[in-house]
Order: sequence, then C-alpha cells, then structure tokens
Amino acid sequence: MSWRHQAPLYLTWLLLLLAIVAPWLGMYPVLGMRMMCFALFACAFNLMAGYTGLISFGHAALFGGAGYLTGLALTSWGWPTPAGIALGIFTALAIGLVMGMLAVRRYGIYFSMVTLALAQIVYFYCLQANFTGGEDGLQGIPRGTLFGLSLQSDRVMYYVMLVVFVASWWFIRRIVRSPFGQIVQAVRENEPRAISLGYRANRYKLGMFLLSAGFAGLAGAMKAVIMGFETLTDVHWSTSGMVILLTLVGGLGTDLGPILGAVLITVLEEKMGTISRFLEHITGIQWFASLNDNVSMVNGAIFVLCVLLFRRGIVGTFNARWGPAPAASG
Amino acid sequence: MAEIFGIPVPLLLGQLMLGLMNGAFYAMLSLGLAVIFGLMDEVNFAHGAFFMMGAMFAWMGGQYFHLGFWWMLLLAPLAVGLFGLLVERLMLRRLRGMDPIYGLLLTFGLTLLIEGLFRTFFGVAGSPYNPPALLGGTLNLGFMYLPTYYVFAMAASLAACFGTWFLIERTKLGSYLRAGTENPALVQAFGINFPLLVMLTFAFGSALAGLAGVLAAPIIQVSPLMGSNLIIVVFAIVVIGGMGSVMGAIVSGLALGVIEGLTKVFYAPISSTVVFILMALVLTVRPAGLFGKEK
Repeated sequence: MSWRHQAPLYLTWLLLLLAIVAPWLGMYPVLGMRMMCFALFACAFNLMAGYTGLISFGHAALFGGAGYLTGLALTSWGWPTPAGIALGIFTALAIGLVMGMLAVRRYGIYFSMVTLALAQIVYFYCLQANFTGGEDGLQGIPRGTLFGLSLQSDRVMYYVMLVVFVASWWFIRRIVRSPFGQIVQAVRENEPRAISLGYRANRYKLGMFLLSAGFAGLAGAMKAVIMGFETLTDVHWSTSGMVILLTLVGGLGTDLGPILGAVLITVLEEKMGTISRFLEHITGIQWFASLNDNVSMVNGAIFVLCVLLFRRGIVGTFNARWGPAPAASG
Repeated sequence: MAEIFGIPVPLLLGQLMLGLMNGAFYAMLSLGLAVIFGLMDEVNFAHGAFFMMGAMFAWMGGQYFHLGFWWMLLLAPLAVGLFGLLVERLMLRRLRGMDPIYGLLLTFGLTLLIEGLFRTFFGVAGSPYNPPALLGGTLNLGFMYLPTYYVFAMAASLAACFGTWFLIERTKLGSYLRAGTENPALVQAFGINFPLLVMLTFAFGSALAGLAGVLAAPIIQVSPLMGSNLIIVVFAIVVIGGMGSVMGAIVSGLALGVIEGLTKVFYAPISSTVVFILMALVLTVRPAGLFGKEK
C-alpha cells in the first residue's frame, strides 16, 4: 500500500481530528455546525448523484421540508427533540417517495427537470401554508434535550452534531460499498445489462433516492434544531443548486468530496465580506464591495468555472492524478 | 348576471384572456428551449435569465439611450441573441459530446451569475416600463376592459411562435435543422457546417427568450429576478409537452396558460402549482410527455 492509496484515509482522520479540536482552536461552533449540516446534505445528495448518475435539482424540498416539520413539532407540538428530528426524516422520506417514484422513470436532464418542478410544489406550499410563517419563516425553535442532555450550549450541540455527522457519513460509505450500492452503480454503468441480469433498475434507483432523501432530511432537521429557525431559503431551488455546487467542487461520487466542498464554500461565504473588502482595497474598484451581499453571484461564477475547467472536483482531480486505479472508488 | 359553475362569466372570460396571454409567453419560452434541445440535447437553464435580460435591456434602452419600445423590440432580442451566441461559442461548445447534465449545470451557474450581476447594478426592486403610446389605451371587450397592449403582446407572441414553426417546418434552413436533430454526423458529412448551425440555433432560441422579455416588460415589473421562477414553470411545461415537436411546445404552452388562469378562478391556492401537479400526473401516464417520443 503506497501513501497514495492511504491518502484518503489519512485525510479522513485528519478532518475528524480537526473537527474534534476546532471549538478549542477558536472556531465559532455555530459555523462548524452549519458546515456539518451542509456537508451531510451534500453527502446525501452525492449518494444519489454520485452513484446513480442522476442529478436531482429538488433536494432543497427534502432538506427544507424536514426542517419545517421538525421546527413545527418542536415549537408548536412540544415534541422532544429526537422525535422532532425523526419526524423531519420521515417527512423527507415521504416527499422523497413521491418525487422519486415520478422522477426515476426519466433519465438525465429530464430527471433534473422533474425533481426541480416537484420541489417547486413544496416551495409554494411552504410559502402559502400557515405554520411555516410565510416570508418570515419559523422562529424560536427550541433545541430541547437529547436523552437528558441539554443542547442549549453551542459546544454540546456541536459534539452531538459531530457524532450524528460522522455516524451518517460512515453509514453512507457503507451503503455505497454494500451489494446494494454495487448494484446501483452497475445500473448507472449499464442499465439494460443490469436489467437483463434480473435487477429491477428503477427500484434500486428509487431505493437510493429514498436513502438520499432520508439523510438530506436528517441534515435539514439538524439545521433547524441548531439554528433555531427555518426559512424559505432552505426549500428554494437556489439551495438545491447550492448542494450540487458543494458536491461538484469537492468531487462527485467520492467519499470526502462533499465534505471538502461544503467546508470550502461555507468558509468562502462566511469570509465574503473580508474578501470583497480586500478586492476593493487592492483594485480600488468600489463594485467589489457589493459582492458581499451577492454570494449567489460568486457561487454562480464558481459553478461556471467548475463545470468548464474542474469537472472532477478536488478529490476527483486528486484521484485522477495521484490516486489508485479508478476501479476502487476512493 | 350569467354564471357558469357559480362563477360570474365576465370573471371567467377575463381570466381566460389573461391565461391565454400568459400561455402565449409560455409557448414562446418553451419553444426556444425546445428548438435548442432538439438540436443540441441541451437544456438551457439560463433561458429565464435571457428572458430577464430582454426586459432589462428594453428598460435600459429607454432609461439611458431614450430608445423607445419599438426600437428595443428589435435591438434587445438581437443583443440577447448575440449574448447567447457567445455563451454557445465560448462555453457550451467545450461541453459538446459530454453528458448533457454538464450543460444544464453550466447554464444554471450562468443564471446565478447573470442575475447576480444585474442585481449588483439595479437592486431587486422592480421598475415599471410603459407600453408605447400607440398601444396605451384599453379595449372594451364587452365582458372586460383589456389594455390594448395585452392584445398586441399576445398577437406578437403568437406571431413569433408561428414564424418559428414556419421557419423550422417549412424552409430549407429548417430542414437542415431537423436533419441535424435526427443525425448530426450525417448532416455534417453532406457539407453543412453543423457547429455553425448549432451556434445560430442557440442564438435564435436565446433571442426568442429576449423577445419574450421585451414583450413582457410593460406587463410585469422589470427586475433582475423576474425570470427565475418563470423558467421552472416553463421546464414543467416542456416536460408535459415532451421535447418532441415544435407544435407540442406551442400547444402545451398555450393550454397550460389557460389552465393556470382558470385555476385562479376555481381554486386560487393551487394556481401557482397547478402546472407542476399536472406535470406529475402526465408523467405517471405518459413518461415521455404528451407530444414526446421516447428516446
């Protein structure tokens, strides 16, 4: 085993170590939790996109839909936190079941367009429904307790999220390497052949979509609990686009790509103010200052550059240049 | 007062007219998408942004250069078409032969970029854009007063749709295009410059979106975000109609505009989602869309 084969493993442990000590190194725990929510969301998205080759443009509906229901259960119904999160996941699964059943019948760009259109139904529902608070969003979601442990402290919440994230990541990794995951990838590579071998391709795709929906729901539910509010942004199509971007930047179909992408883009958004001031300072062009309140434009630019020049993403590029043979997915 | 299903007839006819007008816009937009898709297998997410650019250009032309509506009706689509041409030549062409999803992702990013750029300069608030004086009045249709401009916009959209249909189905250039849709390699072997054809088609589709934008400018507020929700509705219409035929795009665009208008009368809460619900229904019955062929 050369270091090249081991690199993803070392990187995984390094990331985990960093995540454990980060709150003591002066990182703002809420930023860390945001990162992990989006990283988990990206991992969930990647489970579908990376291994079935079907790019969903509707994952925001799963993410935000779960967030809203978790928020509703904790705020209005007074449910305990774990039950609220479970309800969020269940919501995402229910939306995912309908969306998936309709979408897996179509391929490629059609799949993307169908998921996008169905997610729009969820968006308009959330816009009009009473419980979501419309444009104001759902405010004051209590964090509550987890098995007697109060989640009020950011640091406690941070480690709970870390445990949830690591466990989910490990589980997602197991799914990809399981016989089920292998069959899903076989369907992506050659669907008629997989069918002729006796596998019901659409069922496998739907199964993967549901798993992806469940984890996206978990990410959305956790975000609602952590942040204490839920807004329309989370169900908007721009969030679906955002999760595609995170995964694409990190590397589609890799274990660590979605995490790296989420960390990178979240940090970039957080530091946009500093960056835009710096650009304004060195170029003297005042326009750069406006970048700060226009993060989506910067994301758009990264998107375009990524698709044109950097389609494999960070991890994908690393694997292609230095990694093991493509047969073993890194 | 006469009623149908408990709804006053004037209200019903009024929404029918507005629905027909929206439908004409949907038809023009989905037509542009369909033409591009047919030849390139590419879905242009930026179509909504191109629509917005058409309207913004019309507004900017009036604001900064004192060019009236009629001038901008000509110039704005040309400018948007030129922009589309550059996008195809400089970006999309590099993705030829790859999974079409990359084209969708690229144009998605482009949408965020274009909308963001316009936002940094013009903010998100809408600006009104007045129709030309010639079309300023209202028409009395007996059951409602309809602004003259609405009638003009509807007629112009339908004319553009019919013109496009004629161009594609009845001219020599259109026959190249249809042949290219069937088999690009063979068309190229016959000495037709296929890359040029693709570039011009993309420019044409973009110009059509720009034209829709100019025509819509006096009806809805001109703002950098005016195209972003619209494009998703148009996507759903395209899925319903199927990408198969030019006529399919026109017919389903018009039909869904009318259905959306009628939904506003009968059950308003779902008027913004009815198109998506119909899409889900159509998909369960005919996955390839109403007029589409399974590829």
